[in-house]
Amino acid sequence: MVQQDVIKELKEKLGKKILKWEEKPPKRYYLTIPREDILEAANFIFKKQGARFIIESGVDTPRAMEILYHFSFDELNKIVTLKVLLPKDRCEVESIAPVIPGASWIEREIAELLGVKFLNHPDPRRLLLAEDWPEGEFPLRQEVRENQ
Amino acid sequence: MNRKTIIPIGPYHPLQEEPEFFELEMEGEKVIDINVHIGYNHRSIEKIAESKTFDQMVFLVERICGICSTSHPIANCNAVEDLARIEIPERARYIRSIVGELERLHSHLLWAGLAGHFIGYNTLWMWIWKYREPILEIFEAVTGNRNHYAMMIPGGVRRDIKEEDIPFLSKGLDEAERKIDMVTKAVLDDPVLAARLKGVGILSREDAINYCAVGPTARASGIPIDVRRDDPYAAYDLVDWKIITQEEGDVFAKVVVRLLECFESIKIIRQCLKMLRTVKGEIAAKVKEIPPGEGIGHHEAPRGEVFHYVRSDGSNMPVRLKVRAPTYVNLPTCKATVPGESVADAAIILAAIDPCYCCTERIVTINKRTGQRELNGQDLLRLSRKKTEKICKNMGRRNV
Repeated sequence: MVQQDVIKELKEKLGKKILKWEEKPPKRYYLTIPREDILEAANFIFKKQGARFIIESGVDTPRAMEILYHFSFDELNKIVTLKVLLPKDRCEVESIAPVIPGASWIEREIAELLGVKFLNHPDPRRLLLAEDWPEGEFPLRQEVRENQ
Repeated sequence: MNRKTIIPIGPYHPLQEEPEFFELEMEGEKVIDINVHIGYNHRSIEKIAESKTFDQMVFLVERICGICSTSHPIANCNAVEDLARIEIPERARYIRSIVGELERLHSHLLWAGLAGHFIGYNTLWMWIWKYREPILEIFEAVTGNRNHYAMMIPGGVRRDIKEEDIPFLSKGLDEAERKIDMVTKAVLDDPVLAARLKGVGILSREDAINYCAVGPTARASGIPIDVRRDDPYAAYDLVDWKIITQEEGDVFAKVVVRLLECFESIKIIRQCLKMLRTVKGEIAAKVKEIPPGEGIGHHEAPRGEVFHYVRSDGSNMPVRLKVRAPTYVNLPTCKATVPGESVADAAIILAAIDPCYCCTERIVTINKRTGQRELNGQDLLRLSRKKTEKICKNMGRRNV
């Protein structure tokens, strides 16, 4: 595939859904999209375009909870990051694990550490925290400080 | 009648060097399902990183793992350099590659030895670990430490490799290459190992893609991915080497990939050492401040791609650090490889991805009854000082 094609294709496919486009050519692209469209976008980039799913990162910012989905086009040396912003009072997003089995663990981790709810996750158990960890306490959130 | 038996492997098991818990659902001798429980080693490194400066963070991530203790720093520096758009000096690039490849050598040999141990082939284990020792000695000579080399900083490396150390290094490599060659030939021709490992725990190409496997686990299933070639950093685009892949996807293929990769590593180190004789100059670029923004860095660790994401708000500390270690995506492949195999093969299949749990989990000690933290940073410092005082007292020395 020609260098720019995947990015162009992705741009065309998502079209108006892209809320914000940031790039650091030639290697890194960051796209903010509405949270309703994440499953469709992930499906397109993973199944149709053949990108490798690297990982999701959850970032707790004062404005919103950000979930970043990092995808890599290994042959083209490009990393595309899809971003969704979740309002703090409703931290919910559709799970991409039904499409990408490799995303199952990280969504469980983000769910328990940051308190984001992944809808329709195939296996929504805890991953890292102990079973008797108190409900509703999310250790990776900003308000939790070390030595607290 | 439906009769199932659960066989536990772990959390503490003589075959595993780290705590993790596998629940094997059995039907007779055959495994029909597997359930993985992790979290015994979680240390909240990502959270701690938020209270460290960019310079300190490199040494923190170095503590994620003792075996790939230079992989995380390289990935972290790559991320910070991507964020701040820093170009590192050419000499530093060669030194990074040398340290990275030496690590791959010692890690692959460590794994090959352990794999031998897992299947009850202890001769192989002791042999290989004996030949791994000189590589650790090279590390000690070059970096000052056998592990946790503390060589990387954002912008370059901390220590130079001295001209007078190069002959020692080359000699050590020649010696190691002869021994690895001998072991490789012995392993590849061994009928017992072939009978034990061929056709066992096959990871198909489709499963490897779906579970997003990386490193030797993916390469043994015919997926030619390697960050060193795909997104070149350090000196990997300045030297000549090739990616090793196998098509079979079984445990034996993973052995072959790792052993043959050792020779590529030696090839890379030799070329880098040669270049070090001519490329002189600075070993680190000056990094004044880190601008706000985000950066992604990755490195091909011995077990696969280590991925770091760093976000900065312009202060001297990161707002967020995300670490993805290779085992995090390689371990779930056991859902595809273990069911259908016999219980005796489960241990080696699980070991075949070269799991590294302390990488995979990165939290705190909690008192179960009260829900309070047992130890915090200050407590650990106090305990450590107390111990030092005690040792000094026992040695009859005054504490300074």
